[in-house]
Amino acid sequence: MLKILKYSFYDLIRSRWSYVYFLFYLILGFVLLFLNNDVSKAVITLMNVIIVLIPLIGTIFGVMYYYNSREFTELLLAQPINRTSIFMGQYLGVAGSLTMSLVLGLGIPFLLYGLLRSDAIFDFSLLLVTGSFLTFIFVGLSFVIAISNENKIKGFGYAVLLWLFLAVVYDGLFLMSLIVFEEYPLDTFSLVATMLNPIDLSRILILLKLDISALLGYTGAIFKKFFGTDLGFLVSMAILLCWTVLPVLGLGYKAKRKDF
Amino acid sequence: MTIDIKDLHKQFGKNQVLKGVDLTIDKGRIYAILGPNGSGKTTLIKSILGMVLPDKGHITVLDKPIKKQWKYRKQIDYLPQIANFPPNIKVKELIHMIKDLRNSPSAEKELIDLFGLGPFLDKKLSTLSGGTKQKVNIVLTFMFDSPLLILDEPTTGLDPMALIRLKELILKEKSNGKTILITSHIMQFVEEMADQIVYLLEGDIYFKGTIPELKKQTGQSSFEHAIATLTTSENHAENTEI
Repeated sequence: MLKILKYSFYDLIRSRWSYVYFLFYLILGFVLLFLNNDVSKAVITLMNVIIVLIPLIGTIFGVMYYYNSREFTELLLAQPINRTSIFMGQYLGVAGSLTMSLVLGLGIPFLLYGLLRSDAIFDFSLLLVTGSFLTFIFVGLSFVIAISNENKIKGFGYAVLLWLFLAVVYDGLFLMSLIVFEEYPLDTFSLVATMLNPIDLSRILILLKLDISALLGYTGAIFKKFFGTDLGFLVSMAILLCWTVLPVLGLGYKAKRKDF
Repeated sequence: MTIDIKDLHKQFGKNQVLKGVDLTIDKGRIYAILGPNGSGKTTLIKSILGMVLPDKGHITVLDKPIKKQWKYRKQIDYLPQIANFPPNIKVKELIHMIKDLRNSPSAEKELIDLFGLGPFLDKKLSTLSGGTKQKVNIVLTFMFDSPLLILDEPTTGLDPMALIRLKELILKEKSNGKTILITSHIMQFVEEMADQIVYLLEGDIYFKGTIPELKKQTGQSSFEHAIATLTTSENHAENTEI
């Protein structure tokens, strides 16, 4: 598996898109820091960008990589290599190289700006950690979608729909249900509903670390009470981890049963 | 007995491709797997390689069942039908990579010289012509020393010189006691190389035997016509009309 991972990783690092993605974060990091002149504010703006962008890029890269390397995968399948290792290696290669672009692209400008001397270092690390989680989650989900659909167009469609649902539609449904059921106590419901969507969960996690939760009103206070504690933090991390592991298991399951 | 297949069934959706194939492949001989388009040749080969998972049936390779196994593929060199390699890497890197993945001794130098691939080693695979890609494909397959060779349409795109070299190579491997499975639509090539013919039709083995036996059974004097007779025989005509 490590060999496959090595080759996928090299292959991706050499491709133009990894550089574009890396440069995008590099420029974004520099621009935000110089416009805001404040690490904390830059972290908030960054959060809004990456919380939507990372899932999108992860989904599209994952699907594209799977379909583009299909023939090569067939060549590998005829070699004495375990099936699961082939797909795990490719998955880790894609997710790993995207995460590297993210961490380096954002890390360099922030380090140069003097992150280590600022108080925002924990917020910033949290941003990178959730960003990496989101990358692994969405690359995993897109691999599962791609391996289940022989038809490229269908696979692409489902993957983009999934992103759209989790990034946009889910929030809409969530808000609507809050309005419809406003007569009832909704604390637990909103907590659980937030937990079930990795994008929302990441957003809340970062927001609450940023001390702007006072603006969120009563629900914000409840969220703060839950997520602000160590237990809440650990539970959230555990759920992000579940979101990462489930697609990987799905990928393994599908890989073992597919005909090539 | 190198390969033993018993009662192999495979269905893709509603399309039943293999309907109970029984086949034994003995050591040290060249088998040609023939049949019209869509008769299940590639599915049969991919089942042996474990790329297609049969619905029913039993396959053993070198006396070991292959179900859920992968180490046995170390004993097989496979030449895939369409060589689509990753476009961004060089020929040299691809050869190095497959060597690294298989981790077995390989003799790629002689093969590169044999097919005159030296000048292409530093070129990217996307810039190669179809025939040159097939030569790379052949080098990747023959550079290892495995007891079983599976060649899916090995002659595609080759120039006459390369074709002669390929034939010599196959005969050399046979004299080393290797078992070779070939599929091809070039009957002249099959007639020259094969010891045994396995003719697949509608997902089952319709004929298995030597070329003289085939000629005798069909009453044809030329091999090409004998195969054509098999293809247009009554049984097949009935089935294709449906």
